[in-house]
Amino acid sequence: MSVDITIKNAVKIYGQNVVIPNLSVEVKKGEFFTLLGPSGCGKTTLLRMIAGFNTIEGGEFYFGDKLVNDLNPSKRNIGMVFQNYAIFPHLTVRQNVAFGLKTRKLSAEEVRSKTDEFLALMQIAEYAERLPEKLSGGQQQRVALARALVIQPDVLLMDEPLSNLDAKLRVEMRTVIKEIQNKLNITTVYVTHDQEEAMAVSDRIAVMEKGVIQQIGEPKDLYQRPANRFVAGFIGKTNMITRNLVVEGNTATLKISDSYALDFPGSEHHTSQQVLLSIRPEDYQILEEDEGGLAATVDDSIFLGLMTNYFVTLETGERADIIQESPLKSIYKRGSRIRVKIHREKINVFSEDGERNLQLEG
Amino acid sequence: MKIPKKKRTPLEVWNLIALSILLLYILFLVQPLFNLLKSSVIHSDGGFTLEYFKKFFSQKYYLSTLINSFKVSTAVTVFSLLIGIPLAYFYNLYEIKGKKPLEILIILCSMSAPFIGAYAWILLLGRQGLITKTIEAILPVTVPRIYGFNGIVLVLVTRLFPLVFLYVSGALKSIDNSLLEASENLGVSGMRRFFTVVMPLCMPSILAAALLVFMRSMADFGTPLLIGEGYRTFPVEIYNQYVGETSVNHNFAAAISVVAIVITALVFYLQKFVASHYRFSMNSLNTIERKKIHGIKNVLIHFYAYFLVFISLLPQIYLFYMSFRKTSSSGSVFTKGFSLDSYKIALKRMSSAIPNTIFIGGVSVLVVLFLAVLVAYLVVRRENVITNTIDTLSMLPYIIPGSVVGIALVITFSKRPLVLTGTATIMIIAMIVRRIPYTIRSSVAILQQIPMSVEEAGISLGASKLQTFFKITVPMMKNGILSGGILSWITIITELSTSIILYTSHTVTLTLSIYIFVVRGTEGPAAAMATILTLFTTLSLILFIKVSDGKEMVM
Repeated sequence: MSVDITIKNAVKIYGQNVVIPNLSVEVKKGEFFTLLGPSGCGKTTLLRMIAGFNTIEGGEFYFGDKLVNDLNPSKRNIGMVFQNYAIFPHLTVRQNVAFGLKTRKLSAEEVRSKTDEFLALMQIAEYAERLPEKLSGGQQQRVALARALVIQPDVLLMDEPLSNLDAKLRVEMRTVIKEIQNKLNITTVYVTHDQEEAMAVSDRIAVMEKGVIQQIGEPKDLYQRPANRFVAGFIGKTNMITRNLVVEGNTATLKISDSYALDFPGSEHHTSQQVLLSIRPEDYQILEEDEGGLAATVDDSIFLGLMTNYFVTLETGERADIIQESPLKSIYKRGSRIRVKIHREKINVFSEDGERNLQLEG
Repeated sequence: MKIPKKKRTPLEVWNLIALSILLLYILFLVQPLFNLLKSSVIHSDGGFTLEYFKKFFSQKYYLSTLINSFKVSTAVTVFSLLIGIPLAYFYNLYEIKGKKPLEILIILCSMSAPFIGAYAWILLLGRQGLITKTIEAILPVTVPRIYGFNGIVLVLVTRLFPLVFLYVSGALKSIDNSLLEASENLGVSGMRRFFTVVMPLCMPSILAAALLVFMRSMADFGTPLLIGEGYRTFPVEIYNQYVGETSVNHNFAAAISVVAIVITALVFYLQKFVASHYRFSMNSLNTIERKKIHGIKNVLIHFYAYFLVFISLLPQIYLFYMSFRKTSSSGSVFTKGFSLDSYKIALKRMSSAIPNTIFIGGVSVLVVLFLAVLVAYLVVRRENVITNTIDTLSMLPYIIPGSVVGIALVITFSKRPLVLTGTATIMIIAMIVRRIPYTIRSSVAILQQIPMSVEEAGISLGASKLQTFFKITVPMMKNGILSGGILSWITIITELSTSIILYTSHTVTLTLSIYIFVVRGTEGPAAAMATILTLFTTLSLILFIKVSDGKEMVM
């Protein structure tokens, strides 16, 4: 039976090092929840606290309404998929999958039928009698998943499960994981540092840095309305520039250059101040005509197929990364003089220190 | 809602195991060493005294045994490196015909008790030696005698260079071929590459091998006893002071033992200090490919490898031949013709030697393996104050010469409440104490290869900690444990320096019986027993190679 997970005021300390100062989060029943962040941000630490492999220095962890802080990991009924798969190399695929069932003292009949069911579900039935070393990375991953799921865990925990696979398999396996999770509707906590992977599989994502959750939200929200400068920079690419927000009466404007300014709605909530703008590469638009917007010089251009990436220097001296759908006509070469404008609704405006998104306020 | 914090239960099953092992160490290692130390500073009337140490350092004779030991060990180490490193280099870089059997023979060289080699060399190059007499009968020259410093070094080098070979081969196997190609690409090849790239990369292994060779030659007792004649080394002196026919002085023997431990400890830490400057890890994707070479170089390399092995195995070959020679009825004089008399006499007089060897060796190996796996697990997976203490204690026997282990145990277990002297039990304990550091190290190495997550996977699937250990961890370590066990077995059945202090007529093993036959001058049976022992070690070695399946050998 799938459960929800509630974590209240979790604290993790290694020696003198406070890795997680005070973290609270709720994972809904049946949800695919991802902990996303750079290495060392505490995401794996938190996952291992949920699993019971790390001590908990403070706070409360609930599965449903059951407090699990002091519950032995073997009693938590979790399915865990490890970064290196942690497949038992001395057991066959079948024995690996059956391992958890046998410790639960199920009848031989039941062990066999359940094992078969999950071998079939993960499409590894044909390798059942092989030793894991004879399997490819993707197949091992399937064994690890089958082994974790066959015990019908309350919670499925996955620690960077795709990081050891090559790029193509990674994409394939994340679809497999997402499908299985949907099918079994099991509460899943997934750890990754790959933002694209996180967006592809998750219902909700918690972006972590330095042991603190920076933002929790659906992939679309995180990308389009990041809560702060860190999230904006970590998820997707962005160009950051500092500008003045000028509020005069009912109008607020962002002064991009002497001759180019953008309207900013919600003047009633803000005062004139310096702000940090986060402009994603696709928020720039290269103008066909020779006037308006900002002047820029192309430093380099990279044709990527669907899109073309330009590295430009703006008239204000700042460099910018711009991406456009590839045109049929020839792309701008190095040294070309172009003019660009900014898609006002899509950009994000942060307080000068980057800690607050002004659009999410008021 | 506030929940009272519950401490993790301190009496978890692994903590209990750790405590029991610690207790064993205190009982059978710490206590005996303490008693040894005590006995080295206690006067016969019970008061404190430093007279034994004064005696040792003030009399030139005693001090010279120490200096002699030092000279021997240094010479043996230098020569073993000079012989072993090139051998490993040739073996791993060039195609040598019959390389698999050659490797087995090289390892076999290291696996006989050195004193048996010494004894055979006396038969070959001694005053009445076969080679000596043959040469001197034909040519008007005097063949240099085997006795003394030269003989000891010869015997020990032919026994110990294989350790250097094994260590350096291991290091060479972990060097990525691209490193060699890169250096060649940058214009450095041949000898220059050997000294600027290969040697530095092998340095950690070379230093480890050097330490092992030094320790073994420092502690070796049988070789200098048989072949040293006037050249005395201190393990011999300890033995003479302890069980010798003249002027037995147990306290003085204890004092020499303490000096010995201090010296080996200093050497140990010196090596650790030097080795700490050469620490790096290598990750070899493409191991070095053996190259075919042609012409005179090829011939020389083959000659070097096979001649070395031939010389080192000559003692065994000769004893094998001698064991089938006819002897006088007492077994002491060889006569013309061949017979199995030597075997008959040997097995009649020492009928219990083979069962004793199997019993003492077998029990010791089982206990060593059991404890070593537990200790390795504690050290690698459950680091805390107790396991750290166990880790340190477990390495202690590494620096204690075998005869000293024997004396410390006798001192401790001759009196109540626990009288063990003269029993097979004390022999077994001694073997366990001596062998356990090596088995722990190899088990630790194996365990470190096993990612923690595999055990966590077991636990997350609902298995208990002990279930996980026995169902997951131990089976994954199985091959490594088994091969470690066979190596321990070989070392234990060829061991002399500890057992010679502890044995009685009921606990004579094969190695001891050879020693006794040699000392009594009954050479036929000695050769027969030596051949049986060689057979034992050879079979064990073949088993080891089957089990370890081409993996590295950790001595």
